[in-house]
Amino acid sequence: MTTTGWPDQLAQARLHVVTGKGGTGKTTVAAALALALATGGKRTLLVEVEGRQGIAQLFDTAPLPYEERRIAVAPGGGEVRALAIDPEAALLEYFELFYRLGMAGRTLRKMGAIEFATTLAPGLRDVLLTGKVKECVTRRHKDGTPVYDAVVLDAPPTGRVVSFLDVTKAMADLAKVGPIHTQAEGVVRLLHSPLTAVHLVTLLEDLPVTETLEAVEQLREADLRPGAVVVNQVRPQWLPDRSVTAAANGRVDAERIRAGLASAGLDLPPDVIDGLVAETVDHAVRIHAESLALARLDEGTDLPRLELPTLIDGVDLGSLYELTEELVAQGVGAGVPV
Amino acid sequence: MRTAPDWDVDALIDDPATRVIVCCGSGGVGKTTTSAALAIRAAERGRRTVVLTIDPAKRLAQALGLQALTNEPGLVADADGDLHAMMLDMRRTFDEMVETHAEPGRAETIIANPFYQTISSSFSGTQEYMAMEKLGQLAATGEWDLIVVDTPPSRSALDFLDAPQRMSTFLDGRMIRLLSAPARAGGRGLMKIVGAGFSLFAKAVSTILGGQLLADASAFVQAFDTMFGGFRERAEATYALLRSPGTAFVVVAAPEPDALREAAYFVERLTAESMPLAGLVLNRTHPARADLSAARARDVADGLRGAPLATAVLRLHADRVDLAEREERLLARFAHAHPGVAVARVPVVAAEISDLDGLREVGARLAAAATPPPAPTSLRTAQ
Repeated sequence: MTTTGWPDQLAQARLHVVTGKGGTGKTTVAAALALALATGGKRTLLVEVEGRQGIAQLFDTAPLPYEERRIAVAPGGGEVRALAIDPEAALLEYFELFYRLGMAGRTLRKMGAIEFATTLAPGLRDVLLTGKVKECVTRRHKDGTPVYDAVVLDAPPTGRVVSFLDVTKAMADLAKVGPIHTQAEGVVRLLHSPLTAVHLVTLLEDLPVTETLEAVEQLREADLRPGAVVVNQVRPQWLPDRSVTAAANGRVDAERIRAGLASAGLDLPPDVIDGLVAETVDHAVRIHAESLALARLDEGTDLPRLELPTLIDGVDLGSLYELTEELVAQGVGAGVPV
Repeated sequence: MRTAPDWDVDALIDDPATRVIVCCGSGGVGKTTTSAALAIRAAERGRRTVVLTIDPAKRLAQALGLQALTNEPGLVADADGDLHAMMLDMRRTFDEMVETHAEPGRAETIIANPFYQTISSSFSGTQEYMAMEKLGQLAATGEWDLIVVDTPPSRSALDFLDAPQRMSTFLDGRMIRLLSAPARAGGRGLMKIVGAGFSLFAKAVSTILGGQLLADASAFVQAFDTMFGGFRERAEATYALLRSPGTAFVVVAAPEPDALREAAYFVERLTAESMPLAGLVLNRTHPARADLSAARARDVADGLRGAPLATAVLRLHADRVDLAEREERLLARFAHAHPGVAVARVPVVAAEISDLDGLREVGARLAAAATPPPAPTSLRTAQ
């Protein structure tokens, strides 16, 4: 069975990894989550790692540089900063720190040498990305308080997220000693601790639900902690439950619709009534499929569940705040230690 | 609003000059389904067709009679025409390529190399590269009237065009030679400028990656060197095939901003590369099917008492009209930036495609764009 809301163990997490099948809206959900967690005077960091500039598009700003920038103000006076981590820049930063490459670094990048190195050992790329995330999560002010109350990571999709987070495995590609190894050990500790939660965004459709359930399984096998399941783009159901099955099988009483409309003074020609009937069948088929998907989700996992409504006009900055309110109303942000 | 020209899909698939159709688009928009639907329609209209699918959903694979990775075309017995289907086995395609091109005795060494195993199974461009290779092989047999190719489920549709080039750069060994022997390379040209930096870089890389990995990579590249020319030639031949007049690119997008943005990038790229674009498939649309405005429907619903079914129908219709209008607005934005790109709207099929009839239905909807249904036309101008 699934519980709803935002239990205490999620309130304790400081790194919120958001994944989901492609097309489920994980970037939108990650952004709304960062806003919700910043609500009431907190500061959060929203991070992307796939070079997609999805955050900038969502907030309608210029592409993000490799630098933390304030991107939005949260309800109740909090702030969200954003960072697009680029593995090549992270590797250069890292080399700079330990090897002082100077100007040569940039030339090497142009030649493709940096890309080459990160391709040579695919694990290296992930270690660098998660390493930077860990640095953000653990960064502290001089007085010892964390710089960010929470970090939200717009992670790779469900199919790749476990290998992305399984830094232990990635380290097998790398040298057994040295600074990057030490750093990776710290990342492993963070990712497998209660400070990290991996949230899964899904739609109430067959394939996304299947991928979500598979990902939960894989996360547990890798000793990573699944957080909440976020059911996204929930659409209103207009037909009463009792009519859904019949309508989904094509049994809709056209005459009753016609008479009902006529009673309100709306007399429609037969072809329009037929069109309405066809739309009603479509609606019922979808509702029926969604309830099956929801039942599978309930049966397959006991994770807390959050729901977000569909936005008929698409996602813009204003609607992002609507989603934020939905999350806050479902308990997100409550009880996060300041 | 600007409206996109309708696209006559049947004219494309019936044309004997059309030899290859490549379906592109970002992940999750229904590329594989579209490829399969185009293929079965072409086959049933009389063309000897093969469809190369990549990672199809389980039920779609079953519908095509594909139980596992096949790598060779198998007959789709239930199709009412000559249709073959296959599912790309990227590892086997790569192995076969090595076996064909390597000098005698070298193939086993290459295939056993741990570095080759990484590249052939998890390098991010391998799937794209192998899809192109397989397309090249299928075209070379001359057996097919029409080859329909699905592309890998990458984030960006452009990866399909870029991956082979990236793979080429990777395999040509320049980098690895620099890394394993920077001193030797240091004396020449560009290396002079970055020589010192590069030595440091090479040292850093080997510190991080460990000597073994570099040694494996180096051994691999040396073994690979002799066959690299053959590799590149093939990649170039396939690339030429993609640019030839017999090839048509079909860009698939969902009526969502992200998918249409990717589609737009891809269209621009095709134009820049002078690659032939046939049209855009706007997949899973929700056209309204009754001529009644959303405002009117809601208005009547608000005043309606004692008729719950009629009220529900009005509300769901109003939502549907809103959704249809949003989709048309998104398409209009695309059409404005890319006038002249023909569009086929494919209204959503409610159930998951699990048999050939489902594919035929998608095919029929694809083709219907050119002959608009007798539905009320005023809907289209509801904007």
